[in-house]
Formats: sequence, C-alpha cells, structure tokens
Amino acid sequence: MTEHAIIMRAVNKYYGAFHALTDIDLTVEPGERIVICGPSGSGKSTLIRTINQLEEIESGTITVDGVELTAGGDNVAKVRRDVGMVFQSFNLFPHMTVLENCMLAPMKTRKIAREEARATAQLYLERVKIPEQADKYPAQLSGGQQQRVAIARALCMKPRIMLFDEPTSALDPEMVKEVLDTMIDLAREGMTMICVTHEMDFARAVADRVIFMDKGIIVEENAPEGFFGNPVNERLKNFLGQIA
Amino acid sequence: MIREFTSTEVLFIVAAIRWTLILSAIAFLGGAIGGLIIALSRTSRKKSLRRIAAGFIQVFQGTPLLMQLFLVYFGLAVVGLPINPLVAAAVALTLHASAYLGEIWRGAIEAVPQGQSEASTALALSYRDRMQHVILPQALRLAIAPTVGFLVQLIKGTSLASIIGFTELTRAGQIINNATFKPFLVFGTVAALYFILCWPLSLLARRMETRMRRAITR
Repeated sequence: MTEHAIIMRAVNKYYGAFHALTDIDLTVEPGERIVICGPSGSGKSTLIRTINQLEEIESGTITVDGVELTAGGDNVAKVRRDVGMVFQSFNLFPHMTVLENCMLAPMKTRKIAREEARATAQLYLERVKIPEQADKYPAQLSGGQQQRVAIARALCMKPRIMLFDEPTSALDPEMVKEVLDTMIDLAREGMTMICVTHEMDFARAVADRVIFMDKGIIVEENAPEGFFGNPVNERLKNFLGQIA
Repeated sequence: MIREFTSTEVLFIVAAIRWTLILSAIAFLGGAIGGLIIALSRTSRKKSLRRIAAGFIQVFQGTPLLMQLFLVYFGLAVVGLPINPLVAAAVALTLHASAYLGEIWRGAIEAVPQGQSEASTALALSYRDRMQHVILPQALRLAIAPTVGFLVQLIKGTSLASIIGFTELTRAGQIINNATFKPFLVFGTVAALYFILCWPLSLLARRMETRMRRAITR
C-alpha cells in the first residue's frame, strides 16, 4: 500500500465568526503537483497554512506522510521538518547572510554538523542558480533572488512536500519567470508540491490537478486540460474570465 | 562647627559616584534578566503568563519608585531579613527596571514582522531557537536606543536610594551639605556629576535613534 502524502478530512477553520475553511477534503499523492487558485479571501492560503499548522483547525484531521497533525505529541514538529514552505513576502532572516539563512534550520532541528549544513546550502543555492550570492545579506538581493534563496532555504531541510503561498505575487513582473523556472525544475524532479498561485501558465505546465476555491470551499478540482478547457462551476468560469 | 567646602569635601562626593554606578549596574543587569523574562511572558502564547507579566508591569509603572524603595526596605524587616540599604535599593531598582525594560523589549519583539516568526516556525525551529536566533537579534537592534535612554533614567533614579540611607552620590551630597551648609554649591556639584554621567549616554541614545530611523526609512 502506498502512503498518501497528505490527507485532509472534513477540515474546518474559523476566524472568530468567519468560516475560513468549510469541510475540506483533499488527498495528495506523493509526487503530485497541485495548484490552488481562487479569489482573495477564498481560504486558499489558509488551507496550505493548516498543513504545517501555521493555522490551527477547529475540526477535522490532517495527516501528512502518515503522521496525524492533530494527534499531539511531537507530531507537529515532525511534520514541519518534512514540509517546506515558501511565502509571498520571502521572510528571509535579514540579519543573516544567504548561507546562514540556509544553514540555521538544518543545524538546529536536524542537528546536522556545520560543515555538512554549509555544503548542503551551497548545493541548493547552486540549484536555484545563485551560488555567488551566498555571503550577501537578503537586502542586497533582488526580489526574485530573495525568493529563490527562500526556496533553497526550505530545500535544505530535505522536505518531502513543498508548500508555496503566492510565491510570485510580491515580485516585479520581470522577476516572476526566474522563480517559476525554479519551481518548474523542482516539479520535474518529482517533488510533491502544493502551490497557491495566480500563474495559470505555471498551472498548465506542471500541475497534475488544479483546485478552485471560493468562500472556504473547494468548488472544483480537475486536471489542467479539463479545468481550463471545460470548467463547470459558474464562479470558476467567471474567475477564469477575469484573470485570462 | 561648620566645615568649609574644600577639595576634601568634593572628593568625598566624587568617590560616592562609584556607589551610584554599582547600584545602576546591579539594577540594570538584574533588570535586563527580569525584563527579558517579562518581555517573553508578555509575548507568550499562554494567556496566564501574559496576564501575570502585564500585572507586574502595571504595578511597577503605576506606583512611585520611592514607594517601591520604601516597601522593599521595610519589607526586608517584615520577612525577618536584616535591613540593608544596598540590598533594598538593588532589589527595588531591579524590579523597577524589569518592568520598564520588559515593556520596551515587548514592543521591540512585537515590531519584528510576523513573517519572521512564521518562517522560522515553518522551518520547525523550536520556540527557543526562534527567539534566540531569529526574533531577539532583530528586536535587540530596535531596542538599543530606548534601552540606553532608560539607563539614563535609572542612573538618575538611584538618587532616591539616598532616602533609605544608602550613601551614593546624592546622599554623599546631603552629608557634606549638613556639615558645610552650602546647599547651592554642594548640590550644584552633585547635579553636575550626574550630568557628566548621563549626558554622554543621552547623546549616544539620540545618535542610535537617528541611525535606526535612517535604517528604517531606507
């Protein structure tokens, strides 16, 4: 029996009286690439943030690589070690060099020796094509470069799943491509990925499945051909019309 | 018999500076430890910790430092400890500094963008690692100028310890004044000495503040 990468069952999340996620059921297979889109406030960011418990849920279960998040104990830490996340606003540590950004978590949470952490960091900085920036501080880099460092930083933890929360939304247009190219490379290597993004070309190119959310509900999910070629839901048709 | 205000008297006052400095140093170091605990409690996820820390701050910011000194000084006797002005002044000023530094540092911790905490949480860093390596180093930069500013307040605040009989700078001035009856001269000297201690620190704080502001608006 192959294990599912992520299983979400009847997940509900509230912010006070606001129902942010309603009965979310989602199963992700290892190696699957999923793109989530939807209008702002539809709960798509909230959904992926529940997977590493940056947001706690009120009911339902989330199981990541066989580890149930809500079961307590050391489970949340275990899941966070195996799930990498990339944010819209990069969130690099501004007081550390690029290399230090990439070395901190492996050394502290995986107890990896400094030299090994450094080698791993350099390897991934090469993978995202900015090894020459290793000793600079984040503020000295362009937005696109910062986001690629953020991807490298997450990869240094050798995660089995990567979450992307609108990774290109804060970027100048000319920098979007370099970040998407990095993500496409990652997808081709077989990484399990969930991406919240409005980049529909990216969705067409790499997604196995595209999910449309509205008002905290998964309204439609389909392979890219069907999703874009033959949308069923009215709100999705509307949405696709607006962003095309 | 009335003594003259000679170099001997001046030296007596100057020598008392060391007690002002020792008391300031103890209160500042103790306050730094206490303040860190208060600041971390105030920003904790545990509501009870936040409440206790907030209560502590309110008590010490809402009462005069002099009353705090009295309460600790006479409180020592109540709990059966020998009355000792240095211990009483050090304890009271440490508590006082803990409350103020705690509040300054809480502000600095909260000024570090939320994303920093989220990114380090997502990287599975523990609370301790998150604070030690990500949040506090950034908060420290924001806190340096107001912390030095508070140190100036604290040095001046130690003058109140004279009232419970601790012979620091101000008390030394009182002693000399009682012997010489030249209050304007004596307390003028005392005030000048405080100024010499505090002025460079004030300048330093202001310079760091300007530098911080420039760094933020850049």
